[in-house]
Amino acid sequence: MSAAMLSAVTRRDVLKAGAAGAGLVLTIGLAGCSKPGGGASGERKLITTNAWLRIGTDNSITFLCARSEMGQGVYTALTMLIAEELGVDPTRIEVEFAPVGAAYVNALVGGQLTGGSTSVRDAWQKLRIAGAQAREMLKTAAAKQWDTAASACRVENGEIISPYGKRLRYGAVAEAAAALPVPTDVKLKGPDDFQWIGKALTRLDTPAKVDGSATFGIDVKLPGMLYAALAQPPMLGGKVETVDDSAAKSLPGVRRIVTTGSGVAVVADTWWQARKARDALKIEWDGAASAGLNDGSILRGLRKASQGAGIVARKEGDADSALRSAARVVRAEYELPLLAHATLEPQVCTADVRADGCDLYVPTQSQGAAQAAAAAAAGLEPGQVAVHTTFLGGGFGRRIDVDFIPAAVEASKAVGKPVKLLWTREDDTTHDNYRPPAYDTVAGGFDRDGKLIAWKLHLTGPSITARVFPGAVPAGAVDPFAVEAAANYPYDVPNVLVDWVPHEVGLNVGYWRSVSHALNCFVAESFMDELALAAGQEPAAFRRALLGKQQRYLEVLEVALRRSDYDNPAAPGRFRGVAVMEGYGTYMAQVAEISLVDGKVKVERIVCALDCGQTVNPGIVTAQVESSILFGLSAALWGEINVQAGRVQQTNFHDYRIVRMNEVPKIETYQVGSDNPPGGIGEPATALVAPAICNAIFAATKRRLRSLPIARHKLA
Amino acid sequence: MVTINVNGTDRTVDVESDTPLLWVLRDVIGLTGTKYGCGMALCGACTVHLDGKPVRSCTTPVGSIGAAKVTTIEGLSPDRSHPVQKAWIELDVPQCGYCQSGQIMSASALLAEKPQPTDADIDAAMSGNLCRCGTYQRIRAAIHRAAQLQGARS
Repeated sequence: MSAAMLSAVTRRDVLKAGAAGAGLVLTIGLAGCSKPGGGASGERKLITTNAWLRIGTDNSITFLCARSEMGQGVYTALTMLIAEELGVDPTRIEVEFAPVGAAYVNALVGGQLTGGSTSVRDAWQKLRIAGAQAREMLKTAAAKQWDTAASACRVENGEIISPYGKRLRYGAVAEAAAALPVPTDVKLKGPDDFQWIGKALTRLDTPAKVDGSATFGIDVKLPGMLYAALAQPPMLGGKVETVDDSAAKSLPGVRRIVTTGSGVAVVADTWWQARKARDALKIEWDGAASAGLNDGSILRGLRKASQGAGIVARKEGDADSALRSAARVVRAEYELPLLAHATLEPQVCTADVRADGCDLYVPTQSQGAAQAAAAAAAGLEPGQVAVHTTFLGGGFGRRIDVDFIPAAVEASKAVGKPVKLLWTREDDTTHDNYRPPAYDTVAGGFDRDGKLIAWKLHLTGPSITARVFPGAVPAGAVDPFAVEAAANYPYDVPNVLVDWVPHEVGLNVGYWRSVSHALNCFVAESFMDELALAAGQEPAAFRRALLGKQQRYLEVLEVALRRSDYDNPAAPGRFRGVAVMEGYGTYMAQVAEISLVDGKVKVERIVCALDCGQTVNPGIVTAQVESSILFGLSAALWGEINVQAGRVQQTNFHDYRIVRMNEVPKIETYQVGSDNPPGGIGEPATALVAPAICNAIFAATKRRLRSLPIARHKLA
Repeated sequence: MVTINVNGTDRTVDVESDTPLLWVLRDVIGLTGTKYGCGMALCGACTVHLDGKPVRSCTTPVGSIGAAKVTTIEGLSPDRSHPVQKAWIELDVPQCGYCQSGQIMSASALLAEKPQPTDADIDAAMSGNLCRCGTYQRIRAAIHRAAQLQGARS
């Protein structure tokens, strides 16, 4: 999809603000075909059969994908869902990203948002029903032409076939079909009848991603568009005091210098010119808000808050009294650092503000919030802002936030032209909404017979949800995204208490791949090994015995152990660690195998077994597990954002390390089939990596790491 | 004014000679397949070929190129038929896809120099290209596959 094409289709958006029902018939030009290399010129009629499908009189079929494609595969998986019931090969379907609309709200999060590993879970019924409804309407329209019963007709790859073998292509009856009432009682296929669901179809977006033609946010180009770079405060929460732009404004290509709510934007003919001029600005900043903020003060604040009472997230029995009466108690403190998302595409937004409206071209995970942010910055109503979602150069939760949008809108409004505002890598690393830090205490108690009778996890950290969605977490209530992989503690212990002390740390925290799973699984699963040690049991056997009632956990654990040859000794110099977790409806176990080279951990192999319920595309599932594991590995080994005097210390990939080709362990993924509803797969594998590795480090060194990253610890 | 040869065509551009090639390609010539990731030659998203050798265009001043021929992802093949592109499609390598132009340019330069690269060769040639989605395992497999495809073609 070229930027010009993107522009052409989106300007005549057919489904603006709100779900179109059946019966809406539209005529638009073909210029907006979203498939690279697809489409011809000329007019065709496109008929909307529901909010997700447009069928053209030329037999084209377009799926409006309401979730953002950031690598996790929704472009393909969601198309497969609707294609399955529509009765069309998914590769025949053109995919466009949907505008903002009520029909596109993600029921699992209550907004038009891609996150929380919810896309397939939310769409599983919804899109199959939409496909089935359209199919039945097409069949009914064809049956009328043939004067036969719709129930006697069948469909096959975009054609309706009569009982006597006559055929009509979907495009021929689409207009008649759209005028029919939407059936409410469609029957969906069972797993045995799936033609595409469950098969490892290659991704529909791959071709455009191997020839440079896929349009990311950074690639948007509009007629007359200018480029902007943004000088943001070097300290967290800083404000512009004075701006001396005398040197900057005389540099080549500079059109305008605009003080925005988030910094000083330089607008120029090219981005490089804008960036050079930005660096020539002389700005006095007011940094008082964060002058006293640093790593030490953040940790001290967390420790102090931890002494207070927590909000109960899970309570069974009475863990406190059981701990008091236990024959033996094990206690530990764990601590986790701030992390950056580091999407490879830095934050970017293109805005075209006019008196009557605004078009926003943006790689966002949150279309509704993007629309609202742009409207507020432009002084428009939300309905006057059209959001055009591009491919995302990574998301990982970073693009749920919309903090990078207003400055682009303000700059465009000031110059009266479209403006693409792009952050530098340094901007991106130092102005993230960081994965929260945590300070947690955990305790386990055994009775005289050595039975684990109490487990208590006391979490302390900031609420992401309260920041991103003000008002969403009432005072005294638990942020559900703070207690993941804690409140669902799976082990058979009679007295369990999980509580959480919300404590703001003085900077913006954001959703980071797997959210609190990555915090809490590290604590819970590292501590399980501490308890196993105290009980004198082998860690996997200790878990197995306490998972007696948890069949889905047990099955993935057994598969991971078997595939990693866990029950046989590791090769000399190799050590293994295990972790299990359920997250977003997916059950998982990982076995990490490490060696130590010059006192540094080398991760040799990670075996992951998972049960994510009904699988839409197993190829994408495996890819997401590999992706999540390496995301978790970078964080476990090196991930750390440090703050000194309100300033983030890391700036680029030399000091915020990401795993490289020569550092990749062997990753093996084993999918355990099950008929349960789909679980999420874009995130959970991230969270098991650190505890599995740290458990292996203990096996190797008898040293228990209770903080991350591993690079903090001297192991030699 | 600077004249450079990009994908076989001479292009004269009105830019300061210290402008990085990346921004000339993207914002002046309009070839946006080459990506910006770090600006410091740390991530490889901006990799292009200069006379067939992989370079980081984000730190290559356009005035330093002279008569060397620039090849970008758009010039690798007209129809995704380069063995590396075919292998990438066959093994479904990309996830978000943002780094993949750079990965493909590094991989194609490697295969031009070493038609049958070892895993150590791949480590050496590809470790300058970051993939935040972690597609490395498939990249490695796809390079080996591309070597087969290339061997069969020649």
